Amino acid sequence: MKENPAEALADVVLEEWGRLTSLLLARFRRLDLVEDALADAVETAARRWGRDGVPDNPVAWLHTAARRRVLDRLRAESMAHRKMPLLVVEEAGRDAVVRADPGDVVEDDLLRLVLMCTHPALDPAAASALALRLVLGVSTADIARLFLVPEPTMAARITRAKKKIVTAGIPFAVPSAEVLPERLDGVAQTAYLAFTAGYAPGSGPDAVRVTLAEGAVRLVRVVLRLRPQEPVLVALLALMVLQHSRRSARVDDAGQIVLLPDQDRSRWHHDEIAEGVALLSSTALVGPIPVRAAQYAVQARIAAEHATASSADETAWVRVVAHYDDLIALAPSPTASLARAVAVAEAYGPRAGLAAAEGLDAQLSHSHRLPAVRAALLERVGDVAGARAAYGLAIERCANDAERASLGARRASLPDRR
Amino acid sequence: MTLDDAAPGIPATSAGGPPREHRRYVVLIACDPGEWAQASDAVKQEYFEAHHAFERYVDAHGRRTSSAALCDADLATTIRRDGDRSDVVTDGPFVELVEQLSGYYDVELPDLDTAIAAAKLLPKAYTVEIRAVVGVEGYEGV
Repeated sequence: MKENPAEALADVVLEEWGRLTSLLLARFRRLDLVEDALADAVETAARRWGRDGVPDNPVAWLHTAARRRVLDRLRAESMAHRKMPLLVVEEAGRDAVVRADPGDVVEDDLLRLVLMCTHPALDPAAASALALRLVLGVSTADIARLFLVPEPTMAARITRAKKKIVTAGIPFAVPSAEVLPERLDGVAQTAYLAFTAGYAPGSGPDAVRVTLAEGAVRLVRVVLRLRPQEPVLVALLALMVLQHSRRSARVDDAGQIVLLPDQDRSRWHHDEIAEGVALLSSTALVGPIPVRAAQYAVQARIAAEHATASSADETAWVRVVAHYDDLIALAPSPTASLARAVAVAEAYGPRAGLAAAEGLDAQLSHSHRLPAVRAALLERVGDVAGARAAYGLAIERCANDAERASLGARRASLPDRR
Repeated sequence: MTLDDAAPGIPATSAGGPPREHRRYVVLIACDPGEWAQASDAVKQEYFEAHHAFERYVDAHGRRTSSAALCDADLATTIRRDGDRSDVVTDGPFVELVEQLSGYYDVELPDLDTAIAAAKLLPKAYTVEIRAVVGVEGYEGV
């Protein structure tokens, strides 16, 4: 345990927020009070621990402090408030019959919390935000920054989601074995939504948002600890850690985005790459696995090919093309086809890549990526005029400042034929 | 730490507490009235069986309070209140849509997951909306 009170508190919040929330919810069933009470308890701890030192059992201290807050609020409440619907909490007696997995009793409340936050009856973006807030204790301000919305907007979104849970009767419960896999699928989608939000282009590159995306990785880790053999979670974690391992090389010192082939591979997080590769050979992914798990696994395998190559040239491009073929067979999409065309160009030459990129224009009529890819390939086959025109179209369509600047620089570096 | 956790008026923890109270939901059914008009007897029988499955599921997990099939929306009568002017009575439903409200169940079930599981048993041609019934603060019926 850390001796420094501020660090000790940060550690407890990071590790135990979700468990504390779920304990308090199981006891009091008041979604509206529990989160505030816990936040208050943390605030009090920040003052008290600094003065009196870190308590022997920090988790119990926070639990007791938060519990007292809830009780104070309940005592002060008017009768009108008491008629408010309570959170639906699974009865212990009923569990034995329908519960998918009778083990892990201690951690079940945490799983109930995650499943409640990621319920399909909630708006997906709100579910992501709610999970980050209630399971991981990420502040509303940080969640707002991650999703690029003003803080009051995010606060309102979270409040609405909590109201929906209580009013609609979304239960704090583990569903039947029949429904559980589909619900864990929902957990994965929710986590991935938060993860990709961290990488979505904003007004410019924002390293803080990428750090916030780590919340999504932690969310998957929390659930995976409870369901270690769940294919969709294993595959998603592999995908996330492999993608995330490149974060420190994505932006240069001047804040410009650095594309994969030009990244300084020594800045990649090689321990995370090793973890991702190990996850991909997990027994959980052997044999037939559900479609979404397979999609995440194939995407992770593509990321692993990049992450384990010593340079862009050394990448096993033929294997990457084969992975893209798998991905397109599982879930056809124009963006996957475009990424495949890039891999084809590396494996079989730029002309083959240009041919593979044909026929995507109708589906990608607003994307700047298609003309950007085409421009780079035309440049490589020596069609400078074609490349210049394609860069022009890409620049016209690109909405992100950093990417547009990078495209402009590449167009400017084309050989001048005049 | 001695602290009384039993706050007044709040049902205690999940374990060992009183039986869980049920929620009341209205399950609204929307469908394209044309489909029913054109359905063969065999198809109609499938609809009836799906309704039976729904009803049996609700009875097993909770309680049915009431239910009804409604006349086609094009036979509805709508009364629009237009401020100070006189009310306008018109032929037709609230809003003209392909799918129209065509029936409902008023049920009591443990939670939304049970209500969703029940709703999935209804005929596939339906779109089903689940609304929790709420109390209106300050209102007392006569």
